[in-house]
Amino acid sequence: MALLEIKNLSVHFGSEKSPMIAVDGLDLNVEQGEVLGIVGESGSGKSVTSLALMGLIDAPGRVSADVLKFDGRDLLRMPVRERRAMLGRDIAMIFQDPGTTLNPCFTVENHLVETLAVHEGGSRKALRARALELLQQVEIPDPSRRLEAYPHQLSGGMSQRVMIALAIACNPRLLIADEPTTALDVTVQAQVLDLLLRLHRERGMGLMLITHDLGVIAETAQRVVVMYAGQVMEIGTVPEIFTRPQHPYTAALMSALPENNVGRQRLQTIAGVVPGAYDRPRGCLLAPRCTYAEDRCHTERPALNRAAHGAVRCFFPLAAASAPASAANATPT
Amino acid sequence: MISYILRRLGVVLPTFIGITVLVFALIHMIPGDPVEAMSGERGMEPERYARLIAEYGLDRPLPVQYADYVFKAAHGNLGRSIVTQESVLTEFVDRFPATLELSACAIVFALCLGIPAGMIAALKRNTPVDYGVMGVSLAGYSMPIFWWALLLILFFSVHLGWTPVSGRIAIEYDPVRVTGLMLIDSLLSGEEGAFASAVSHLILPTIALGTIPLATLARMTRSAMLEVLGEDYVRAARARGLSPLRVVGRHALRNALIPVVTVIGLQVGTLLAGAILTETIFSWPGIGKWMVEAIHRRDYPVVQGGILLSATLVIFVNLIVDVLYGVINPRIRHTR
Repeated sequence: MALLEIKNLSVHFGSEKSPMIAVDGLDLNVEQGEVLGIVGESGSGKSVTSLALMGLIDAPGRVSADVLKFDGRDLLRMPVRERRAMLGRDIAMIFQDPGTTLNPCFTVENHLVETLAVHEGGSRKALRARALELLQQVEIPDPSRRLEAYPHQLSGGMSQRVMIALAIACNPRLLIADEPTTALDVTVQAQVLDLLLRLHRERGMGLMLITHDLGVIAETAQRVVVMYAGQVMEIGTVPEIFTRPQHPYTAALMSALPENNVGRQRLQTIAGVVPGAYDRPRGCLLAPRCTYAEDRCHTERPALNRAAHGAVRCFFPLAAASAPASAANATPT
Repeated sequence: MISYILRRLGVVLPTFIGITVLVFALIHMIPGDPVEAMSGERGMEPERYARLIAEYGLDRPLPVQYADYVFKAAHGNLGRSIVTQESVLTEFVDRFPATLELSACAIVFALCLGIPAGMIAALKRNTPVDYGVMGVSLAGYSMPIFWWALLLILFFSVHLGWTPVSGRIAIEYDPVRVTGLMLIDSLLSGEEGAFASAVSHLILPTIALGTIPLATLARMTRSAMLEVLGEDYVRAARARGLSPLRVVGRHALRNALIPVVTVIGLQVGTLLAGAILTETIFSWPGIGKWMVEAIHRRDYPVVQGGILLSATLVIFVNLIVDVLYGVINPRIRHTR
């Protein structure tokens, strides 16, 4: 049984009549103890997906799904209280900008002790000891002094380590990391990523890693989901996706990587932008930007079809042999 | 921290000079003088008038009078009331507890209703509840105090007969003055009904005086709360499975209160200004009423001294608020 099972998840904002579609019929599984990468450019619905499964989308946002199960338990049909109790205990999340995700009025200790007290309880002394232990686990130097620190006294990397400590405090089985390294310096990025992976290995928790950075996915994930405009375009194992992408969009992302542009003056890019609220194409969402698009692509929405390595949403998937990554729909500019 | 307070005090001196110049100039600009005011409608012989004017030193050039006043004030001598011959400081100290009691009740009233109202409006943003709270608070903010006070008296005192019209306590009680605060003195007197009488006398003035601060606080809390509720750390707190009560009441409110505390400090000025009208309407024997009477009688020393002391109060309350600001906002505490 999958740890997290999502079928046909949709998130809409705005009015009922002309909704702004952020996530559009998303299907996705996270297996026990796996690292699942989610990539896609800005506005492709990665963060909204994670907030939706945390139940953190507020009105006027609307979340619907056929299946949204964690460990076999239906998240959509359980009492609000019960679902809330799972947050931070069974499913935890870390966010993009550690500088703003810690409450500026509370010390590191306040944060940790509060979370532990809410989910596990215990004497203040015991909780404090647990907090100290957590800081040691996330490799914060001089942890007993850092317990007293306020967020503004911590560096970005340090804050993110505290966020990670908060996330793992109650031994969650799924950790959602929404661009955990984007706001950090490059050297710190690697350290934080290493830390996340070590904790993932040691605790056997599932890790959903949302990122812009294909390099990070290549190094860490077993499977990867490519999202575009709120839809899953392709799912597959990392080696398959990186060597033989079947969706033109995945192929275009690969060909935009600096590694695939050695010797060129400029990186290859994908012409155009992600469709907004009012210019969603009728057919395939990528069609206006896709160099392979044919008439059918403009009139009909393709379904997510099973493929050899996973699934792909395209009428004309690139044949494994005939489509080297750099020949995709990217236009040299 | 100490150096910060000292720096703040350094700014106080120029403020005082400004206040004294302004008050001195304004009070002398009003037509008439204390002697004329005392002589009443029938007037007095010019010789006697001239003698009295000279006696009070009012025949000297204004700059000389000003220099003399400032010199004495700097030595702690605020002069004597021309009307009562009582020392200005004594009169102030005598009346101040009444104003303190009224203002404290008004600010507590405003806090107890304003902060929850603002929080509810923020949480129910763009619903009828929000529009209702904000509509009422705008009305409260725009209401002239004297008119609002008269409406309250007409309805609750005259029409319903629930509360007394004026004064601090019913005439049959005469508690011994210990603290000057009627609520406490009436309790100490041990007389049955005295405390209830003091409370009932306080209700309407408190509402009249507290309405504008209440409306200001509600609006301020709402906007501060809305801003904070959109912050990443609020979302992160929810993502840790904390209850809405904890997220709003602890994580959001603590941050939202930072700007609100500043506003509370600024409201002290508003309260003293409002006290002038409220005390006059409810015959509340505090410094507001005292100052209005002094202006009518052109009692220059009382007006000048009263305003100087009130200004001192406002400055010090704001200093305290600034220090308090550091207590609730760790970012400020550590940068000072």
